[in-house]
Amino acid sequence: MIREITIGQYYQTDSILHRLDPRVKLIGTILYIVSIFLYRKPLPFALAALFLVLCIMLSKVPFRYMIRGLKTILFLMLFTAAFNLFLTPGEIVWSIGKLGISKEGILATVYMILRMILLIIGSSLMTLTTTPNQLTDAMEKLLWPLTKIHLPVHEVAMMMSIALRFIPILLEETDKIMKAQMARGADFESGNLLKRMKAMVPLLVPLFIAAFRRANDLAMAMEARCYQGGEGRTKMKPLRYKGRDTGAFVVLICYLAAMIVLGKGLIPIL
Amino acid sequence: MPIIIDHLTHEYETGTAMAHKALEDISLQIPDGQFVGLIGHTGSGKSSLIQHLNGLLKPTDGTVYVDGEDIFDKDYELKKLRSKVGLVFQYPEHQLFEADVFTDVCYGPKNLGLDQKEIELRAYEALKKVGFPDEAFYVSPFDLSGGQKRRVAIAGVLAMKPKVLILDEPTAGLDPKGRDEILELVRQMQRELQMTVILVSHSMEDVANYVDRILVMSKGRIILDGEPAEVFTHREELEEAGLALPQVTYVVQDLQKEGFHLEGSITTVSQAADAIMKEF
Repeated sequence: MIREITIGQYYQTDSILHRLDPRVKLIGTILYIVSIFLYRKPLPFALAALFLVLCIMLSKVPFRYMIRGLKTILFLMLFTAAFNLFLTPGEIVWSIGKLGISKEGILATVYMILRMILLIIGSSLMTLTTTPNQLTDAMEKLLWPLTKIHLPVHEVAMMMSIALRFIPILLEETDKIMKAQMARGADFESGNLLKRMKAMVPLLVPLFIAAFRRANDLAMAMEARCYQGGEGRTKMKPLRYKGRDTGAFVVLICYLAAMIVLGKGLIPIL
Repeated sequence: MPIIIDHLTHEYETGTAMAHKALEDISLQIPDGQFVGLIGHTGSGKSSLIQHLNGLLKPTDGTVYVDGEDIFDKDYELKKLRSKVGLVFQYPEHQLFEADVFTDVCYGPKNLGLDQKEIELRAYEALKKVGFPDEAFYVSPFDLSGGQKRRVAIAGVLAMKPKVLILDEPTAGLDPKGRDEILELVRQMQRELQMTVILVSHSMEDVANYVDRILVMSKGRIILDGEPAEVFTHREELEEAGLALPQVTYVVQDLQKEGFHLEGSITTVSQAADAIMKEF
């Protein structure tokens, strides 16, 4: 049932992408996302797609895991497509009633869909190859300069890792509670909206109580270990750039350069 | 309401790298009114097995017949089954949610669509049956002790008047006194209501004194099936499955090895005491 839902969908395997420093992957993903929004021409898109395919192949993660992320935004894609198709002004090529599809609209739709696909697959690739903990580590390290202006970076990162850690636990708990109530004849699936919302009460009350109890236990355990936040705290596995990370940065810069060259049309034969 | 389990197999996370079989080709029959102990180490598949018996989990292969009907048939009404086969989960915290004990116990019968009078009557009977004190009926279930919570949880299922009662580790987290009380209660209910009871546990001590039949699970399979005294003769198999015999059995077996002739099948402390007294 609920066991099959995955959030923080890390895929365990050993590849060069898994071993990269999470900071590289985070920066890389952000730059990649920026790069697909830079130009609206076929060649840069081809390059972006090619780069992504190469990365996927390097990651050793089966392709169907990438597709999974797309399912969740299918509705959003359909909406965007519909709006772009019908509401972009320009040369009308086909129409029903007052709604017309313009040439520009088709183009805009194709680009928008392509961008969304690349964006989702690109960021899935990062979450598939990086554990949530590595990711928050990277974020903490990258945002560290902000402590100068008194932003509680460590605390925010800590909150994020705790929240992420609790997702699978609470999902499992939800599953158990659902089963316990179903064994008492609960029905979560039929009836109208109001009835279904009411049916949620026997699920939510034990879940909230469990969440508070766990939070309490965790706070107690942290107190018992004298946890007191970021100041002067060291890590068991500090993040350090290695040779392969430098290599990855070089590849990234080459990709961006190629993107700009193609996008600006600097090579006339293409 | 005999239960027949027919070549039941269940695989988790089919088609992924983490795929593993929780149950493998399990076939057995449980006749009416039997008190069965289902024993296994953590992760042996006992929880998965019992969740098939009231349709909470769907098998990958094989099926279960309750009362001669295939419960995984498309047209079978699972909701009806859940009033016939009652399942009490390990942690009462997972099911208690109402503001007071009585209303919480009413939840099960209410889901059966009974009228208010019948619902309250059943809740009252169930709470009486588990020996819950009248004056605590309108206390919040969250303010109760572990043992009392468990009683309320059992009453919550009992109020649906099941013919088969399955209890998943009903003694987990209880002190010895609370444990004995709950087990004694289960035995008493089983006799009075003529129910089939399946008691899941990882402790032989728990079940040895109470059940008619022991099923031992290991790695998703049933490895032993028989009366307690018979099952306890398979010391090696049990230890290999990560289970220990009741301590008294070890004492008796060691005594026998030393040349004392203790007679009869001995699974409980009082039986052992009688046998030893007879010897002298």
